[in-house]
Amino acid sequence: MALNSPVFPIPTGSLLALGALLFCIGLFGALTRRNLIIVLVSIELMLNAANINLVTFSRLGVNPSLAGQVFSLFTITVAAAEIAVGLALLLAIFRLRKSSEVHDLNVHKW
Amino acid sequence: MNFVWNGPMIAFYIIALGVLGAAVLMLSVRKVVYMALSIGGVFIGAAAIYILLGAEFVAVAQILIYVGAITILMLFAIMLTNHKAEEPPFQWTGRNIFAAVGSVLMAVVLLAVIRSTAWPVQPADVHLNAGNSNPVAIGLVMFKQYAFPFELVSLVLIVGLVGAVILAQERKEDE
Repeated sequence: MALNSPVFPIPTGSLLALGALLFCIGLFGALTRRNLIIVLVSIELMLNAANINLVTFSRLGVNPSLAGQVFSLFTITVAAAEIAVGLALLLAIFRLRKSSEVHDLNVHKW
Repeated sequence: MNFVWNGPMIAFYIIALGVLGAAVLMLSVRKVVYMALSIGGVFIGAAAIYILLGAEFVAVAQILIYVGAITILMLFAIMLTNHKAEEPPFQWTGRNIFAAVGSVLMAVVLLAVIRSTAWPVQPADVHLNAGNSNPVAIGLVMFKQYAFPFELVSLVLIVGLVGAVILAQERKEDE
């Protein structure tokens, strides 16, 4: 068993660029899609982009540590809780209004 | 920046292209079920990138939670709601133009900043795991250094799940 996992020198800029592009794709999806599920999926995409950045940064810095990886684990947990509550809200709204479109959720609009 | 074309680099670029392709595919297909399936591709690709970065535990947690739980939960939500839902074809309304311009602008700014910053090259002799395997090292750090946040996040999780059950159950007030 390899005790020290192999370290591949993938350039940091490429990883961060991947995270940035994923974040912007998710942002565009969250802003333009009309189905509520897809808006939630796009938010998950943005969280995933942030996770890639966290894992990337965990090996840089003055004293590289596992803090980034542990933080990304916490982020994954919070994302799981978020998607559970979001989908429960979606089900409740669908039962009330028979629709999962964002445009039909303007009940509180004045 | 000098590129070294070895195996992991080629693998990284293929995986990155796959991830971005799946993300674009998610926004371009119109059936909601296909969108939920293509986001699964993004999650698996991100897990592969974590493995390339030496974060095996995060990769396995990503597959277990994102691919195993979140994607399936989304499919359940799609089935329970309007499962024939289709996105209307994309139209260049004012809001969509604003969103597209904002996203592209943000991507350009972020990429410019990333490109103009001199990132430190990671030292080859970095020992993140301190001699242990990655899950052992993460467990040691998690329970020694981050024990209190770990307990707090479990509280968040249980509150979230109980709240989800309460929100999703049938209302009985109209009987």
